[in-house]
Formats: sequence, C-alpha cells, structure tokens
Amino acid sequence: MKYRVTHSTQYLYSEPVGLCRNQACLLPRETARQTCHTSSLRIEPDPADLRERLDGFGNRICHFAVQHSHEKLQVTAISEVTVTPDANAMAAANHFCRESVGKRLAGERTANTLAALPFLFDSPLIKTGPRLAAYAMPSFPAERPLVDAVADLMQRIHHDFSYDPGVTNIATPLSEVMTTRRGVCQDFAHLGVGCLRSIGLAARYVSGYIETLPPPGQERLVGADASHAWFSVYAADAGWIDFDPTNNQTPMEQHITVAWGRDFSDVSPLRGIALGGGRHKVVVSVDVARIPDNRV
Amino acid sequence: MKTETEQRKNSGPQFYATELACGSEPCSGAGQLRPQEQKLIQTLETLGAKKLERRRKDAQRLLRENSATHNVFGPVDTPRSWQFDPIPLIIDSEEWTQLEQGLIQRAKLLNLLLADLYGPQTLIETGLLPAELIFAHNGFLWPCKGLLAAGEQHLNLYSADLVKGQDGRFRVLEDRTQPSFGSGYALENRIVMTRSFPRLFQDFQVHRLAMYYRALRNRLALLARHNRSEPRIVVLTPGPEQESFFEHAYIASYLGYPLVQGGDLIVRDGCVWLKSISGLLQVDVILRRLSDELCDPLELRRDSRSGVPGLLEAVRLGNVVTANAIGSSVLENPALPAFLPGLCRHLLGEELALPSVATWWCGQPREREFVLRNLERLTVKPIYPTAELAGRPAGEQPDSRREIILAAPHLYVGQELTCLATVPAFVTDTIQNCTSILSTFLTAQDDSYVVMPGGMSRITTCENHPAVPNQAGGYSKDTWVLTQEPDKQVNLWLHAQPDQLITPLFGSLPSRAAENLFWVGRYAERTDASARLLRVILAKLREFNEFRDPDDRRSLDRLLQALTHITSTFPGFVGKDAAQKLAEPRAELLSLTCDIERPGSLRSSLKSLSRSAQPIRDMLPEDAWRIVDTIRQNWHPKLSVGLIGGGRLHDSVNKLIVQLSAFNGLTNENMAREAAWMLLNIGRRLERALNLIALLRATLVPCHEPSTEAQMLEAVLATSNSLIVFRRRYRSFMQLPTILELLLLDENYPRALAYQLQQLQKHIGDLPRERAEETARRDETLIAAAIAELRGTDHKQLTRRPGSDSSYPLLEELLVAQKEHLEQLSGALMQLYFSPTVVPQQLGSVTQEDSS
Repeated sequence: MKYRVTHSTQYLYSEPVGLCRNQACLLPRETARQTCHTSSLRIEPDPADLRERLDGFGNRICHFAVQHSHEKLQVTAISEVTVTPDANAMAAANHFCRESVGKRLAGERTANTLAALPFLFDSPLIKTGPRLAAYAMPSFPAERPLVDAVADLMQRIHHDFSYDPGVTNIATPLSEVMTTRRGVCQDFAHLGVGCLRSIGLAARYVSGYIETLPPPGQERLVGADASHAWFSVYAADAGWIDFDPTNNQTPMEQHITVAWGRDFSDVSPLRGIALGGGRHKVVVSVDVARIPDNRV
Repeated sequence: MKTETEQRKNSGPQFYATELACGSEPCSGAGQLRPQEQKLIQTLETLGAKKLERRRKDAQRLLRENSATHNVFGPVDTPRSWQFDPIPLIIDSEEWTQLEQGLIQRAKLLNLLLADLYGPQTLIETGLLPAELIFAHNGFLWPCKGLLAAGEQHLNLYSADLVKGQDGRFRVLEDRTQPSFGSGYALENRIVMTRSFPRLFQDFQVHRLAMYYRALRNRLALLARHNRSEPRIVVLTPGPEQESFFEHAYIASYLGYPLVQGGDLIVRDGCVWLKSISGLLQVDVILRRLSDELCDPLELRRDSRSGVPGLLEAVRLGNVVTANAIGSSVLENPALPAFLPGLCRHLLGEELALPSVATWWCGQPREREFVLRNLERLTVKPIYPTAELAGRPAGEQPDSRREIILAAPHLYVGQELTCLATVPAFVTDTIQNCTSILSTFLTAQDDSYVVMPGGMSRITTCENHPAVPNQAGGYSKDTWVLTQEPDKQVNLWLHAQPDQLITPLFGSLPSRAAENLFWVGRYAERTDASARLLRVILAKLREFNEFRDPDDRRSLDRLLQALTHITSTFPGFVGKDAAQKLAEPRAELLSLTCDIERPGSLRSSLKSLSRSAQPIRDMLPEDAWRIVDTIRQNWHPKLSVGLIGGGRLHDSVNKLIVQLSAFNGLTNENMAREAAWMLLNIGRRLERALNLIALLRATLVPCHEPSTEAQMLEAVLATSNSLIVFRRRYRSFMQLPTILELLLLDENYPRALAYQLQQLQKHIGDLPRERAEETARRDETLIAAAIAELRGTDHKQLTRRPGSDSSYPLLEELLVAQKEHLEQLSGALMQLYFSPTVVPQQLGSVTQEDSS
C-alpha cells in the first residue's frame, strides 16, 4: 500500500524568538517491509544549517536552527512510502519462544542479536521491574510460541488499560500508568516494551503513523490523523515483529514506521530549544492519504 | 539463564579472586614508616605539636583566603569543611616510576575502549565486554554514538583515585573521566605547603607540578580544529552554586582561559560562540567542568539548565572540541576493572600493570554468589551513581543489600575496601595513622599521557569512607613525588618566536563577567553609602540619648527615614508602624545591620558583593579580593539590641568604611583602564548617583524648622563625606543652595551628582562597540540627556517655594527626573552588554495521540 504522509507542526509564540535549535525525527526510515520513495522537510522561516544524519539506531535525524527573530515556526514533513505486509514473519517468529530468544540474546553474537542488545535494558523512560514482569508472565507459559504470547500480552494491555488522552504526558512513569490503568498509545507502547524487557526479551518503541478509515459512507477528513506509536519484539532469526496495543493489532499494511528507539526519548518527532518566545502554542496536524494504485 | 561456562566463554575473564585478601583477622592499621617518612616525621616532631598546629592554621588561613575551603554560595553562609593536613604523602622516585607507567597504560587502554564503545563496538561483539556493562550504564549516551572521529585520542584527561594495600601496592579505586575533582586543590595545597613549610622543601627534592599544567595547556591548544595558532579555549563550569566552583575558577585563572557558564555560550552557524561585550567570539576548545549529560539540553538531559543547546551538533560538525569528549562517563564504571586485564592483553598486547581494588561484578553467577556470601566484608556499589546503595560500606544491612543486588545483579559490584595501608596524618593536634585516597591526574600528550607528579591526597576517616565516592570535606594533604635531580623551575609563560610581537588582546570581556563587574561596583558603593549614613545615625542616636533635645529627635527621625529609602528596606521607618519604630529604632537598626536574609541590610549587601566578586576574582587585583573576603568573614558583629548605639558598632562601621575605601583604592590604582575597570566604575558611579538622590530626597526636599535645618544639612554633608570640602569652600555658612551647588552641580567634585554623570558618560563612550553599529546607542543618549538637564539647572532656583509649601517641589522634580534617567540607563546597559538572560524554553515534542 502506498501513502503520502504530511505531518505539520506549528509553534506560535507570544513574543519573538531570537534563536531556536531543533532536532526532528520525522522522515521515515527504510525497513524490511517499507520503502520510502520521497521525503522532505519544509521549514518556515528559512532555517540555517539544516542537516540530516543517521543516529545510533539508524533513524533519520534532521538538525536545523532558525537564527533570526521570528514569532512562528512551521515544520512540515511530507513523505511517500509503500508498506508491504510480510505474512511469513509471524509464522517464522512462532518457531521461537521466550526461552529460546532469551538464550540467543545471552549467548549469541551475530549481527542481528548484537543489534538487539541495546533494547534489552532499562532506558530513560522505561524502568523494568518485578511488577511489570508479574503483569507479563501470565501470557508466557513455558515454551509458548513467541507471537502467540506477545499477541496475548498486547490483547491484555488493550483490554486492561483505557485510552484516555490528557491523563498522561511524556514524563509520566510506567509505574503510574500501571496504577491508573489509563494512557495513550505512547504509554501502552512503553508498557509493552517494559513488560517484555522485564522478562528478558529485547523490545523497542516504534514511532509512526496509522491510516485511519472514515466510517462507512463518510468522507475522509484531511489532517485529522495523528502520530502513533507501538512496540516491536526481537524474534531472533525472524527479525522484529510489531504489535499495536492501542488498536490490538499486529501492524500489517496500515502502519507506517518513522523511527525506533529504546523509548520515546530516542525518537521524539520534534524537539527544540528557543531563546525567548514568551509562551508558546503548538498546533499539529497529520494526514495519512492513500495514493491510489493507478498513480503508482 | 546462561550457564557458567557460557558466561565465562562469552564475557571474557573477569578479574576474579576466590578469596578475600584479608582473613578474618581485623586489619592491624599501623603501617611501617619508610626512611623518608621517618625523616619527615622527625622534622615535624622537632617543631612540636603546638608549632605544627600554628603552621597548620596559617596554611588553613591561606587556603581560606583563596576560597579553597568554603563555598560562599551555600545556603548557609558558613565555612566548608576542608581541613589541611600538613604532613605530605611521600612517594619515592622508584615507586613513582612504576605507578606512572601503570597509570599511563591504563589511560591508553581506557582511551581505546572509549573509541570502540562509541564506534564499532567490537569488544561487545567479541565478548570481551558484556553488553549490559555498556547498554545498561546510564553514562553511555546514544546521541554520542559515532561522535568520536576515528584514530584520534578522545580521552584527553584522566584521573584515577588510588588506595594503597597493606602490601604497599597502589590499586585503582575509581577511574574518573568526568570533570575531575581535585587537580586545582592539588595545586593549591602545594602552594600553601611551600609557603607554610618552606624548610621542608630544602630537605626533600620534590617534583614540581607546573609541568603538568603546561602539558595540559599544550594539549588543549592542539585540539583546536580551526584557528590553530591562537585558539580560543574556555572553561565551562556549571556555575558558582557548585561546590567545586572554586576549583573551576582557579584552574581557569591559572591556565589563563575565560571561565564561562552555559548561558555565556551560544551555537550559531554550527559553531560555538562566547558572548562578550564586543559581540560574539568563536570558541575552539571547551575544557569541560560540566558533566556529560548536562552538556546539551537539546540532545541530552532536557532539564539541564547549565548546558549549551546544540553543542553536540557543533562537535559533530567538527567546529568545537570538548575535553573530555562528551560521553566519556561510560568509563566511570566500577565493574569495568574486572575486565581490564583481558582487555589490556587484547588491545595493547600487555599485562595490566596497575591493579584495581578487588572487584566482583554481580552480572556473572559465580561472582554474584561470592559477593552474596561475603556481604559483611564487601562494599557494594552500583555501576553508575544512583541513589540506591551509593557506596554503602561493608557490613551494613546485608539482607536489604542482598535483595537489591538480586533484583538487578548486573548493576552492582562488590569491592574489597578493607586492609588498606596507613599514612601519618596530623589530625586533631596529634600525628596519627590514617588511610588515604590519592587522586592522580593525567593529560594526553602525543600518543601517550603525562601524569601530574603529585596529586591530591585525602585522609579517610570513618565518616569519610573510601567507599563513598567524591566526598568533599575531611582532610586533604599535599602529595610529594621525590626525585633524585631537582626539577627546573617551570612556568606557564609561552615563548614567542624571536621576530614575533604579540598583539594585545582587548575587549573580549565575556558578558557575564561584565555583569558581575558592574554589580561589584554597585554593591561596594551601596554598602559604603548605607554604612556612612548608619554612622551618622549612630552618632545622632547617642547625642539624643544624652541630651534629649527635641531638635535631635526630629533630625534623627528624618535620617532614619532616609536610611529606609537608601537601603530600600520598606516599610521600615516610613511605613505603617513607623511611629513605633522611630520611637524605638534599635531593633530595626539591628536588622539592617546584621540580617543576612534581608535585602538591603549591610550584611546582605556584603554577601551580594562577594557573590558578584567571586566569579571574576581573576580580574580583580589579588589584594582587592582579599579585602572582599575579609570583610565578608568579619562582618558579623555579635550584636544585640542593647548594643546598638554603643561604641562597638560604631567602631565596626568605621572599620568597614575604611576597608571599602581600600577596596576602591586598590581597584582604582591597579586595574588597567579597560572594559573591566570601566564596568566596575560604571556600576559604582551609577550607584553613588542613585544613593545621593535618595539621600537628598529624604532629607533635603522636605522643609525643616530653622532649628533642625542646620542639623540636617550637617548630617547630609557628613553622610556624603563632604563636611571638610564644604567648610573650606563656603566657610561656616550652612545654606541649602550652596549645599546643592556642591553636591549636585560641581562637575569636579567626586561626591557630586554632576561628577558621577560625567564619569558615566566618559566610560560609556569608551566601551567597545558592537561591530557595524552606526547610530548612537541608547546608553549614550540617556546619559547625555541626564547631563543636559543637570547643566540647565540653577541651584538658586531649586529652593524656591511657591506659597507655604512644606517641601521644595523643583528640587524634588529634578531629583526624580535624574533618578528615572539613571534607572533607564541601568536597564539599557544590561540590555546592551550583559546578554539579557533570555530563559531558554523547551519546545516540547507533542505527546503522541492515537488515531485509533
């Protein structure tokens, strides 16, 4: 499936900003099941030293600064990507289980496993512990096929936690989410990652978008989408398998990956520091549009 | 779970001892003295304990004057607890050669390790290092991955804390790659030791330390990628609130680099710039005294207020170099030493020369078991600093420690920190045997390292256990490395080429320094003005108490009200309860004298003076700083309400005024007429003008009965130190217009308002201008307006009264207008020169919302 994604962020300041420096993680990376045809970043006012680099996890990071006085900053990322489902991955991953993957992580030093090691331990926003392990374990009876087990965990998170914007923010610790049982996609993704790491699996946080379909008979609303997040588990030779606890889905064709990291802090879409500016207001709009086949 | 053999195969051999070095016998403690130590002790013993204590106190005083021992910025204004132990730690030359080689090898090894961890990570791939030691360590900073250019030395500074075992061998207790604590103290201890115990240096040939700093300076200059002939190097400090700020200031001043805080630097066009009063100056190298994670709030700890946004990207672009490289704190890991012997063989093809203290990393089953079995005798440490279990000494609550370890064993090590050798120390009036920690310092040179021949030794007592890292306080001592040949005198002066004439450097005054100089001027003058008025009030109070003259009473009231105005300590003597306070002014006077928490009190102004002076000590004449420090130390006259009005306070105030005059004299006579002096003087002139205006408004604008008027006029002249001049000039005719002529309009009289304005105009005109600036600046316009207004004033007109007004409206009008000009000027100066502190704000990344 081919999409055009437009992600626009606008900062409106109450007072002029003399200088701001920013870092954007908005341009989609290539993955085993995703090709990025074009991608670009439009910044207004004109930025100085815009530069793209790959971070330690292979994500595309853009740095830029606006060095003259401005009262508004608009950053728009426009990308065209094709997502191809990989139906075999699930089956391949089910040849493994928690125990066998854990063993590989402990002993094996192949390129794949080495790349998974950074996702095995605590990270700035995710602290593992017995509480998360205890929550996860019922989904992992001995030798249960990996995808079945993680899908069960995803389903339980989806069931036990309610989606409630406004209760949490990026600083809300998992322990609090565990208690209030409320949050947004980011919290559920962190929760899934935390659970898996607590029982010895490597798991990463994925940031991206999801295609939303309008209710039958209605027009699709342009710009009404939002950025999204889910988690991914390391399944040894079968690679990484994604799970979306917010929607209780295993992403196939409708999830567009931008970046992955240990948690949100590694892949936050846009961060910046402004000198001055008084108070600021942020306006975000995301649009995920399907590009019809005849245009491909 | 991994099996043990797998473990060993995959993670490489951990340094592993199956037994504790000490048996169950308690450590004996008493060490054998070696010949040099005996010689030293004998010399000291012939001095006798009393003399030794006196010398120690001398040394302590020297240290205090240099602020090595206290932190004037602490919440409580008390001296800090560094004590000086005059018995140096002695290392003979043979022992030193061995130690030096071991330290250099270790630095080289850690340097290679650092390059690998932020580069290809082959050591993890080959299993020589367990992945969790790196990826679970919060010092490993992902944004720094790939930041280090291949093939260069990135560990430019290294420091090792050593302890000595009872076998006489030094062992590494901790590796330090972060802003290291102590290299400034080491230098300071040496200087104090040389001054207090000069004779000892005749008996021993001791290596000098200066060579090390020269190597450090050369190294830093070589790191610059651009501007290599004269790179701009700055010392980045977290700020004066930090305990070790003294050291940062000391090192900066000793090496001759500007000391800056994050807010003084800015990243533009991918380069780092220092804000100065003459614009932005490019920075090539940063000697970092700010820890890794605080360096860049954009990419690292987002709540860091002391970092420079964009610094990491500037490093990536190769436009600035930091020493050490950001991210090097990953090497500060007490579990690493367990793997160093294997890594040393692998990376250097050598055996590790300098051992670490016995360390067992709990990430491996056998070692974990061992630690759990020996909890009573081992110190458990986390692999990175965390609140939990931060270096709990052995023997403490084994049960809770067991649980903590088992919850995340890879995060802990056990270390054996008993059985240490002792050294003689002069503690609490006697020579005792104590254990000590020696901090050593290395800097890179060519492809190797230079070790400071010496270091800082700290005496450890029970409260100051070696297990507790980085603890300040306790006793520190000099460290002597003996040599056969006397060292040549080394200084830090550079040698110019014979045909090279160095161009002088002007105008690069950093904005923050400029701001501090300005405030030093203002606070010194403010203190002086309040002290002078207070002195007049105290005299008047005594007079009134003696004669009970109602005229005295009235003028006393006026003066007390003036004091409230000048010190801005409202409501004070002018507010709602004024009548009561005027009737019994002593409590309020006591508070205005001693209450450090009350802005405007003498003591609080003095505190502000030393706060502003501390960061720019290197720009003040040495003796001027000493005065600031002495005043601050001495100005706490132990007073009670009953003593106000007595002679003692009067004496103290007199002394204070003399000391402040000495400070003014020293700065006037010893500072070059450059930007620094101008800003100091601008602050002083501005404050003097404002104080004079406040005094005149409170005392002379209201009309007085003829009987009190003479008293008031005299008091004003006394407060502004003008009695003598006035008497000589106007004989003994006390008249308001003539007083105004002298105090307001005389452009040649240093106490007059007109003189202050003249001086302000001159200094402002001389300040360096921003590049390519054509139009007149706001500061110039404002001061010109104030001067024009004052010149257009006729002093005889000022005292005209329409009708039966109880005050002089024209005088009041003039004074208010002048005050407004000057306040605007103060604001304009801040805008123009002091890089108005714009608070950086985080542009939060939007919380991710779902579209489910």
